[in-house]
Amino acid sequence: MHTRRSFLAMAAIAPLVNPLAQARAGRGPRPTRLPEVLLQTHEGRDVHFYTDLVKDRLVVLNMMYANCANICPPNTASLLRVQQALGSRIGRDVFMYSLTLQPAIDKPADLRRYMDQYGVRGGWTFLTGEPREVELLRLTLGFYNLNPESDADLKQHTGMVRIGHEGRDRWSMVPAQAPTAQIVTSITGYL
Amino acid sequence: MNQTDEHKQNDKDDDPGNPGRRLFGIAGTAAGVAALAAQADLARDTLAPAPGAAPPAPAGVAATGAAPRAAAPVGRPALPAADVRLDFMKSTVVRGPATPPFLVPLPIPEIKKPESGLSPEPTREAGKDEAGRLPHQAWERYPPRSFYRLRVREAQHSFHPHLPEQKIWGYDGVTPGPTFVVKYGEPVLVRIENDLPDEHRGFGSPEISTHLHNGHTPSESDGFPGDYYSRDKYGPTLTRAGRYKDHHYPNKLSNTADFPDSDGDPAAALGTLWYHDHRMEFTSPNVYRGLAGFYLMFDGVDTGDERDPAPGALRLPSGVGQYDIPLVFQDRSFDAGGYLYFNQFDPEGIVGEKFLVNGKIQPYFSVARRKYRFRCLNGSSVRFYQFFLVHEGAYQPFTLIANDGNLLPAPLVADRLRLATAERGDIVVDFSKFPLGSKLYFVNRLEHLDGRGPTGLLLDPGTPVLRFDVDREPDQPDPSRVPDVLRPLPPPVIPRNVRVRKWEFDRENDQWTVNSRLFDLNKPAAIVKRGVEEIWELKGKGSWHHPVHIHFEEARILTRNGLAPPPHERGRKDVFELRPGEVLRILICFDDFVGKYIMHCHNTVHEDHHMMVRFDVVE
Repeated sequence: MHTRRSFLAMAAIAPLVNPLAQARAGRGPRPTRLPEVLLQTHEGRDVHFYTDLVKDRLVVLNMMYANCANICPPNTASLLRVQQALGSRIGRDVFMYSLTLQPAIDKPADLRRYMDQYGVRGGWTFLTGEPREVELLRLTLGFYNLNPESDADLKQHTGMVRIGHEGRDRWSMVPAQAPTAQIVTSITGYL
Repeated sequence: MNQTDEHKQNDKDDDPGNPGRRLFGIAGTAAGVAALAAQADLARDTLAPAPGAAPPAPAGVAATGAAPRAAAPVGRPALPAADVRLDFMKSTVVRGPATPPFLVPLPIPEIKKPESGLSPEPTREAGKDEAGRLPHQAWERYPPRSFYRLRVREAQHSFHPHLPEQKIWGYDGVTPGPTFVVKYGEPVLVRIENDLPDEHRGFGSPEISTHLHNGHTPSESDGFPGDYYSRDKYGPTLTRAGRYKDHHYPNKLSNTADFPDSDGDPAAALGTLWYHDHRMEFTSPNVYRGLAGFYLMFDGVDTGDERDPAPGALRLPSGVGQYDIPLVFQDRSFDAGGYLYFNQFDPEGIVGEKFLVNGKIQPYFSVARRKYRFRCLNGSSVRFYQFFLVHEGAYQPFTLIANDGNLLPAPLVADRLRLATAERGDIVVDFSKFPLGSKLYFVNRLEHLDGRGPTGLLLDPGTPVLRFDVDREPDQPDPSRVPDVLRPLPPPVIPRNVRVRKWEFDRENDQWTVNSRLFDLNKPAAIVKRGVEEIWELKGKGSWHHPVHIHFEEARILTRNGLAPPPHERGRKDVFELRPGEVLRILICFDDFVGKYIMHCHNTVHEDHHMMVRFDVVE
């Protein structure tokens, strides 16, 4: 048997002050905060991520890059099917965004070219920005892998779709290649 | 017998040079993501400021105390050098107010009482106001004898006297929910009403699908992830919304075909089950908000009566809530204001900084000098535990009698209890060995920092999650016992020409996959014939731990990495801890009922990110 006294000794110095009054000052749970970073749309327009894109909205967001020839197009195609299925709700009840993983390379024109190449239609905004701010968004929104070597691989972050409603402070994620009906169900579940 | 002896090649559990040292209250840090953020050289001022945000903790120092961090194990990212504060990205956020341990007694959930009747009367087909389920397939054969009404609603709860009272979601408005106490051979019907607020804000989604883990339950009552409902919403595997859904639990033994006289195999009886929400994509936050409770089953062996004169009655410590105590262990994080915090953006899962037992942070439990049965359940989303019983600084042996709710063939003396998420371990502790006035501690020593799994380090001293105060003599001499034989279980016999199905759990392109495929709710990945034994090979790839749970039926582990499983895993099990690179071969057979079921990772964050497969049992 080992002797383990140290944690028992620690009980003696447990805080004596009841912090309840302090805690109550918070007036309820804090909502999730999203970064207010400046981005550029595929049309070259400046937009603020929080205020202009997600605030009080149901959003569908994924990551890609314009030179991604093999792994991104099927995801884009899958989201195109989702867009078609949602019809007129896109741009009204549901907002779709694709954010580049290569903001240093992808300019608005590159994003437009990608959209043309894969037949992306209106109501779906592609985004680029300052690399460090896009990186912040990537990490904030959960497009990462805890293993550094996997995290360094851009392709690894193209597979998931972030769905959420900022106003309701509720978020989830689905694979981009999930059956279209399943993704649509996941999105409309927020409506 | 040391229950983890055979895992040691993978674990650094007992490394005498283990430098890990922790204080009370946990000093977990989110090394992984924070390190990524540090690598990205992100400045704090790029975040929109939050009102009331706590000041950043100094680098490398946890907010709850000056706990030096254990040396980072090989292969883990180091702590960030700068004071990066990406609060909502951290797997573990150490920022809740201090919560001194052992201020409140352990709550014992109430035993659920049946109703005299339900209105409208339950029927085989779904009722008019009921969510659109398939008809109860076992209705005629197992007509329910008891009727329960379980109301899922928001209510106020206190996790700790130093935290504000706050809203939780609870079965009957309490967390953990009431404890069902039922008998084999007595079918019940539970009407589960969804009264959650549809205008809910924050993590979690107010539709429910209640899974009785691991009930031998017909498919339409199993809590399939797509069977979620509320008054105005419904999942893709239901046909309409509904205020309630009736769950029919036949409470029968598995495998009537081979054991017609006893209507099932008596060796397959379960004891410790739990029920929890299984809403697709929101299981983790919904359970985190409080949707979990116990469901205890008794039979002619485990009778629930320690004075039972009947031959064959084990007379284990008995009396649910008295000497037979369910304990659900859950980790939680709280924000600076003391409100429950859940990271919705971490795709691998959050690890909580504080420990709840039956809904309270680090409670104490007053015990008499006699034997108790504790039904320990890991009800966490992500965190694994390894518990030790400590008295005056020394580890105390206890008796392990059941794993995953199945009594073992014979009791095992153990000095530790390892529980992956959703795993259960029933133990018996004899407090008569300790003098009046003794205080014992149930201590978690397993280091677990993020969604990848435990690091393998055993912390020293670890965190005492529950204190036992031996403060009285029993009213009467202790009549309970732990016999040398519990529930005999014949060794597994592999049938000739048995079918082997392989399941590989992996991650590709940030997507969780099973056999390199994504989850399809509507299409079974396997169609399994009822009553036919199969070998399933479960393989964990990548660097994650996956506690794999198979609904509906328990299995026998044939081999763990080619070797016989450790003694505590030799009974029937429903959760299989898969460590990175491990391969388990299990013998499984789905009996009696048919329909759609699910196998999934019970790291519920992995699960919510679709780490699931549907399998259908057919005639």
